[in-house]
Amino acid sequence: MSRVSKFAARDPGPAARMAGFMAHLRSHGLRLGVGETATALSALTHVTAADPVAARHALRAVCTGSAEDVQSFDDLFDAFWLNGGRVLQKVIPTAQTGDDAVHSSRNAKTENQAAGAGALSTPDGGEGESEADGEGKLVASLVAATLKKDLRDLVDPEDIAEAQKIARNLGAALRDRRSRRRKAARRGDQIHFRKLIRQSLATGGEPLRLPRKKRPERPLKIVAICDVSGSMTVYAQVFLAFIAGLMRGDDTADAYLFHTRLVRISDALRDRDAMRALGRLSLLADGFGGGSRIGGSLTDFARGYARRFVDGRTVVMILSDGYDTDTPDLISDALSALKRRGCKIIWLNPLKGWDGYEPVARGMAAALPHLDLFRAANTLADLAALEPELVRL
Amino acid sequence: MTHIELQVALAATGYIAGDDLAVAMHLAISLGRPLLLEGAAGVGKTDLARAISSVRDTALIRLQCYEGLDASQAIYEWNYQRQLLSIRAAAEDGVTGRAVEERIFSDEFLLERPLLKAIRQKVPPVLLIDEIDRADEEFEAYLLEVLSEFQITIPEMGTITATSRPIVILTANGTRDLSDALRRRCLYAHVEYPDRATELAILKARCPEVEAALGRQIIGFVQSLRKEGLEKTPGIAEMLDFAAALMGLGIADLTDDPVLLQASLSTLLKTQRDRDNITTEITQRLAGVAA
Repeated sequence: MSRVSKFAARDPGPAARMAGFMAHLRSHGLRLGVGETATALSALTHVTAADPVAARHALRAVCTGSAEDVQSFDDLFDAFWLNGGRVLQKVIPTAQTGDDAVHSSRNAKTENQAAGAGALSTPDGGEGESEADGEGKLVASLVAATLKKDLRDLVDPEDIAEAQKIARNLGAALRDRRSRRRKAARRGDQIHFRKLIRQSLATGGEPLRLPRKKRPERPLKIVAICDVSGSMTVYAQVFLAFIAGLMRGDDTADAYLFHTRLVRISDALRDRDAMRALGRLSLLADGFGGGSRIGGSLTDFARGYARRFVDGRTVVMILSDGYDTDTPDLISDALSALKRRGCKIIWLNPLKGWDGYEPVARGMAAALPHLDLFRAANTLADLAALEPELVRL
Repeated sequence: MTHIELQVALAATGYIAGDDLAVAMHLAISLGRPLLLEGAAGVGKTDLARAISSVRDTALIRLQCYEGLDASQAIYEWNYQRQLLSIRAAAEDGVTGRAVEERIFSDEFLLERPLLKAIRQKVPPVLLIDEIDRADEEFEAYLLEVLSEFQITIPEMGTITATSRPIVILTANGTRDLSDALRRRCLYAHVEYPDRATELAILKARCPEVEAALGRQIIGFVQSLRKEGLEKTPGIAEMLDFAAALMGLGIADLTDDPVLLQASLSTLLKTQRDRDNITTEITQRLAGVAA
């Protein structure tokens, strides 16, 4: 049995299929415009388009733009072109569900939409018509949706606006530490006279170049890593709003979620539409509210993303209650590896706000020696109160 | 030229490209789009540009990006000293005004930097913009214009349009995130560490004198070393250095001499901590696995 998707006889042709594929990628978070559709079509004319492997490579080169895109691309490609009549499991649970989740290029056009929706669920073996119609598919996708937490239920726009304000203040508190000393710079606000005189000696006193100097900026960058495991679900609202606000208020910030694995959410959260950002996040955070592997996730972070994004001018903010299923050694090793990169580490633990809390959870105890700051944070107000502490850091 | 022909031609120059990379490169050439390569250090991103220029038999023009890179290093610069001398000389000859201006703002006094040089070649060259993520965001934004229009405006001379469209390869290591705008204008390929067979082919192409059995051991050793969670994972260049070192030391089998093998690890391990972590026992285990 071929795994290649079947398209209806009245399918308008490759262009519409490609448009359908692009819509499919777009609905799963890849940022593609009309231009890419045209490029993708012309790319296929330069390879053997009928060869699935070559077509996959070609479309991957056109449609992806980052390592994360590449990871999801193969699954999305399979789901659309090689779905063998199956319906994709992941569906964005919104009103647009029906259209975007259907992987048929017929939907690229607006006509004929209702008529053939059932064909998708027709089995490849082809013993008669499938009973299922468009509605059946929709039910399946709704079931899938209820199994997952939609983060939008947890966070509302006012929270985000409030958190954004706090995040911006925190960001500013960290950022605004400019040096008093001025340094030679290509683009500066003052002329570097000493250098000017020195250089013009070579040209008989004519100042040919105006060397400049400026105050070097020494910004600190925030990297937020948020625990969204089961035990943290009640606090997730505050933290996610905060992270969303942070990402939107500060374009150098970086954010990650972890439960049983680590997910980078920076790109998803930078979406201009705050609610859509959370929608994309819901997809990424598959496994939200599950078990927690703090040690493993932090190790992944220290070994992977940290190499690219963490340096001496970074503050790593970990939002977690410290209840871990991994061994405490892992946390300790991961944090010391992070520390070696020269960053500051802040741990915000919602439990610390409780009376009589002691950091006795093994994970938390292992982490303590590596922390620059260990604070409670249960509400947005707690986070706002962090500002003076961060300035001192 | 199909992507398979391209792959074969690249292999002839000693560059073994995977299918996905070959297709991406082939599309970049046939669609005339820049190709953005990302991946860990030492997987052969920069080397692809060299290989392509040798396949196409054209010049390789390289722009190494760094923080603070600006127009005068990347695009063009006037030769101010010569201009000044020329003005002085003109004054003595009694030439003034417009004539002097025309003379000093001409090709004669223009210093071409990589971008301008690349678009003024008769034969389309390969333009390598290396480590674009090290350059400032302003420069990245400027590149967008050059890469889509292939023209450069010099205020004193006017707009210079490309005589030929260069094959543009950009590389990035992820020092910072690149803008969506830049990513959208480029084709993209993520370059991974090569698999065993590919890496063996690379070794054969570059060091044909290494015997087959030792070659397999070397690749097995390096590939398992990469899984050891090092701070700095050895890339292809390190692997080739390692092979060369073994040849130099006259080692025919990795399991032969533990001391020499440990000593030759300086070609693969580049930090103090990695050196400490990979003890003789681990080295022997890896060499044993590889054998």
